[in-house]
Amino acid sequence: MSETLIEKGTLLDADQMRRIVRRMAGEIVERNAGVEDLMLVGIRTRGVPLAEALAEEIQTMEGAEVPLGTLDITLYRDDLSTIAPQPVVKGTHFPVDLEDRHIVLCDDVLYTGRTVRAALDHLADYGRPKAVWLAVLIDRGHRELPIQGDVVGETVQTSDLEVIEVSFLKTDGSERVRLLERTVS
Amino acid sequence: MAAGTWQRKDLLGIAELSADEIRLILETAESFSQVAERPIKKVPTLRGKTVVNLFFEASTRTRSSFEIAEKRLSADGLNFSSSGSALSKGESLIDTALNLQAMAPDLIVIRHGAPGAPHLLARRLDAGVINAGDGAHEHPTQALLDAYTIRQHKGRIAGLKIAIVGDIEHSRVVRSNIHLLTKLGAEVTVAGPLTMLPAAVDRLGVRVCHRLEDAIAGADVVMMLRIQLERQSRALFPSTREYFQLFGLTRERLKAAAEDAIVMHPGPMNRGVEIASDVADGPESVILEQVANGVAVRMAVLYLLSGAGEEGV
Repeated sequence: MSETLIEKGTLLDADQMRRIVRRMAGEIVERNAGVEDLMLVGIRTRGVPLAEALAEEIQTMEGAEVPLGTLDITLYRDDLSTIAPQPVVKGTHFPVDLEDRHIVLCDDVLYTGRTVRAALDHLADYGRPKAVWLAVLIDRGHRELPIQGDVVGETVQTSDLEVIEVSFLKTDGSERVRLLERTVS
Repeated sequence: MAAGTWQRKDLLGIAELSADEIRLILETAESFSQVAERPIKKVPTLRGKTVVNLFFEASTRTRSSFEIAEKRLSADGLNFSSSGSALSKGESLIDTALNLQAMAPDLIVIRHGAPGAPHLLARRLDAGVINAGDGAHEHPTQALLDAYTIRQHKGRIAGLKIAIVGDIEHSRVVRSNIHLLTKLGAEVTVAGPLTMLPAAVDRLGVRVCHRLEDAIAGADVVMMLRIQLERQSRALFPSTREYFQLFGLTRERLKAAAEDAIVMHPGPMNRGVEIASDVADGPESVILEQVANGVAVRMAVLYLLSGAGEEGV
């Protein structure tokens, strides 16, 4: 039995993605009433280029550089005993202290919520931020935990068989969001 | 980036590992060394996993290092020592292990005086087995932490000149280190008294010297081995004083090594026997860093082994 992915269509092209990221950046600045005490934290892997893109937009809008952190939630996953081999740990980095900061966790797709749960656990081991918000490019539903996005790029209705594939220039060489479907043959 | 993934149930020795597998462990360890720098030095990764530490020989450093690694990964550790156990009542190693298996541990860390004891357990048990030293055969996690420390200071292992000096014959550390360092492309030289040099050691791909000065000339790394004073009864050398005169690392002798050479020792050290105090405590010494790195490397090994052999999703 082998599993293949079949493309069902492009949900967002590069221009649409850029416009959505610009809107999300505006919402973050509005929610925070500026950029004071703000820090963007990208969840590896594709939350990182999203956080970078948001930081660039905020820089253009506000003329201020927002600290940018990266979070590797591998060691906080709750499914390690069911996956083999173990995923490679790439590490976590925060440029500034978390205390009294408004943290915006960034991820490309919000699905079951388990990644975000792990990210919250991970953040708690580093300090106590004033607030943690969640920014996601795509919310595809199917939540298994009471977690929701505060800043959402696009909400997409999906089935369990479908896969959302987000590509960024830095990590994948192109910018788009595709809808794929798993087929077992 | 390390190539490949970890697919083994056990870590029994360096001899059977590929260069990519070694690199994967070292790169995974880098992430774990971050954990020691946090306010909360603990991650939930192995929560619910049980690790049994089976130490049939005395050990302070290795055992403590494994215990700390297990605790930092939130695993439940059970310590078992041979004294006062069923083994002292005549139970065989296999029966002891099978009884432990009945309690469903996920990993077993074993140190044993008999070479091959971890391999025997690995064949019989479902749990992953980690060799924490088997006789004079191998001590893989020590070699991995040594390599990690070298990479931290030199940025690489390939092409480095590494001298290992001391009791080559009876050292499990040196066997694991020779396998590892030559696999990663280092030029390894060993030196020691003739009574402590095994026959045909050069077949392992190392250069053999009989004088300390020749071995460490131009070396980037000087690794001194512990002289097992308990073996003195076998008269492998006339006296510790004579040994120090011929093979002890002094500040004067260290001048022959590369200017930025580092000095290593797996411990425990015999000051004034294999190494002078001013060298052991000097700026070239990375001996305490080796101990700190041991925890990160063992965390990486526990992490990688805890996911191998399971059903993927």
